Amino acid sequence: MATSAPTATGRPLAALARLREPWTDRRAELVLGAVSCFVLALIVGMVVFVFSKAWPSFSHNGLGWFGDTGNVNQQMDRIQQPGTAEPVYDFGAFDLIWGTVLTTGVAVLFGAAFSTLAAIFMVEFAPESLRRILTPTVSLLAAVPSVIYGLIGILVLAPFVGDLISQDRKESVAGVISLTGENWLLATFILAVMIIPIMTAIIAQALRQVPRGWTEGAAALGVNRWRVMWTISVRTARPAIVAGAVLATGRALGEAIMLAMVSGGTAFAPNPVDGLTFFLEPTRPLAATIVFYREGLANPAMASTLYGIAAVLLVSAMALSIGAYVVKQPMKKYGIRT
Amino acid sequence: MAAAAPKRTGAVESYSTWRWTDRLALALCWACGIALCVAAASILLYMGFRGLQYLRPELLFERPTGAVDQTKSGGILDPILGTLMLTVLGTAIAIPLAVCVAIWLVEYGRPAGLARAVESGVEIVAGTPSIVLAIFGLIIFQQPWLGWLSFTAEGGGVFGRSLINASIMMSFIALPLVVGATREGLNAIPGHVREASYALGKTKAATIRRVLLPAVRPSIATGTALGMGRIAGDTAIVIILLGNTLLIEPQEGMPVLGLLTGTGSTLTSYVYENSPAGEGGAYEKAYAAAFVLLLVVLVLNFAVARVVGGSSTSRSNLWNR
Repeated sequence: MATSAPTATGRPLAALARLREPWTDRRAELVLGAVSCFVLALIVGMVVFVFSKAWPSFSHNGLGWFGDTGNVNQQMDRIQQPGTAEPVYDFGAFDLIWGTVLTTGVAVLFGAAFSTLAAIFMVEFAPESLRRILTPTVSLLAAVPSVIYGLIGILVLAPFVGDLISQDRKESVAGVISLTGENWLLATFILAVMIIPIMTAIIAQALRQVPRGWTEGAAALGVNRWRVMWTISVRTARPAIVAGAVLATGRALGEAIMLAMVSGGTAFAPNPVDGLTFFLEPTRPLAATIVFYREGLANPAMASTLYGIAAVLLVSAMALSIGAYVVKQPMKKYGIRT
Repeated sequence: MAAAAPKRTGAVESYSTWRWTDRLALALCWACGIALCVAAASILLYMGFRGLQYLRPELLFERPTGAVDQTKSGGILDPILGTLMLTVLGTAIAIPLAVCVAIWLVEYGRPAGLARAVESGVEIVAGTPSIVLAIFGLIIFQQPWLGWLSFTAEGGGVFGRSLINASIMMSFIALPLVVGATREGLNAIPGHVREASYALGKTKAATIRRVLLPAVRPSIATGTALGMGRIAGDTAIVIILLGNTLLIEPQEGMPVLGLLTGTGSTLTSYVYENSPAGEGGAYEKAYAAAFVLLLVVLVLNFAVARVVGGSSTSRSNLWNR
């Protein structure tokens, strides 16, 4: 390492020539380790920075940040344009959080059931010709960008749904919200279409890795193919179903663009007491709210509020990845890698 | 496997002997499988139909203009170039970092605590929503000492939005995918391959450089293509960190650096802004741009399928001959 190349004359050239020599193990380890530490430092910096920016909003509102402290739309307008010299931080994100929980929860619950059945079909029941189509189909659906899902939602599905809503129903709530085709149910439906391929791929992979002897043993006892799948394979792959659901939840939580386009764009908490109208009410989840108010990032109070939302999303995503790690452990016992 | 398997006949079992609950479940399975195919086919066909209806070849080579009249609002050249530059730059930043991290994690990984921390850090980035990455990038790049990366206003305020800033944050999207694929590739190389290299007197560093890196090249390519697809399809970082100007607007005075520190748009932000959710209601242009975007993403996706399909068999043959 110390021997410099004979052609090198000046100091920078010598340094360059030394770089071209084969690396020693020690140097390789140090350089690679340094790069890894740099990436880690950036990631830790991100978490710290987001929290430090969010602190004014959290400390001002306390636990009320997560509560229902008035109309969120009006609160955010006041944060944006306080009208006084003092910045306003009053904010209670309950409507946004409820919108996120509703869209994500329903999409994941529906998606988990759907993907389990679709994965069973893919692995066990599909004829060979269909099976060959299904694998690329799933990766295609997973690859379509969210803005295209949003575009189809807002230009095709939303007007269609909007026409189905009767005029009476629209007038009955006219003072509070306007019922258009853009509502939480449509957003949830598209969200489900977006997360189902991810879950299906994970579950199908786990089902394929169930030891053959287990399913063949059950079949030899005279159990039919569906019962074999349901009682042996699905039960073995149960952790994979949960892990897939957790991963999909993370995806759904962070989905901003599609939800900003089709969820209705107004902070409103759909109320299950409203009967059928409940399904047609608009909402605006957390991530979509950041997109909605992105022009307000220059305003410190607004920025703090939006970084608060980002911090909540970040913590949820971290909790979910820990959760996914924990639920995958039982699979390792059977020697199944997911 | 001692006894010969019984000969399979065509009708192994008849569904009519199943209990009705089992038959219902089977029907549901079929319904779900068919529904997936129908959803994919309808998205592809509808976007293809709309795309071919509204996409004219000259749109691809014309620069957009801000006209309200849709016959005069120009083409989508700048968004296409924006998508290309952002994708290439983003992966170019991500690949060296990701490969270094993956090699360090698999081949060295000392001290173990640090390795665990790096691993969980990469996991955290993988789970972080891109909108959070976007607004995180905005605070970082608005720091005065990073002002040279973007446009600085006269009062000293840093704009924080530029092509290079967006690419750096985009690389965080590709990073976990490339790290994951490379690690998987490295783990798939049997230990005896490394030992053979050591036995020939190679150092560990030389083994990594001459044996392992060439062997995991297909894995790196897979991760990269997946990452490119994700970058090309991401909207949140573009509308917040790229400045979202319709045209590519380089800073004046510097030939290449000006382009990097200037602002622009991509196909995703063009689609978003031209949909009813954005400012314009120019849905013809949105459909045309979305069609091009879909083609780009699908091509990248099938590149992955080719790489994975081609390598998995050849690699296992290579090592276990």
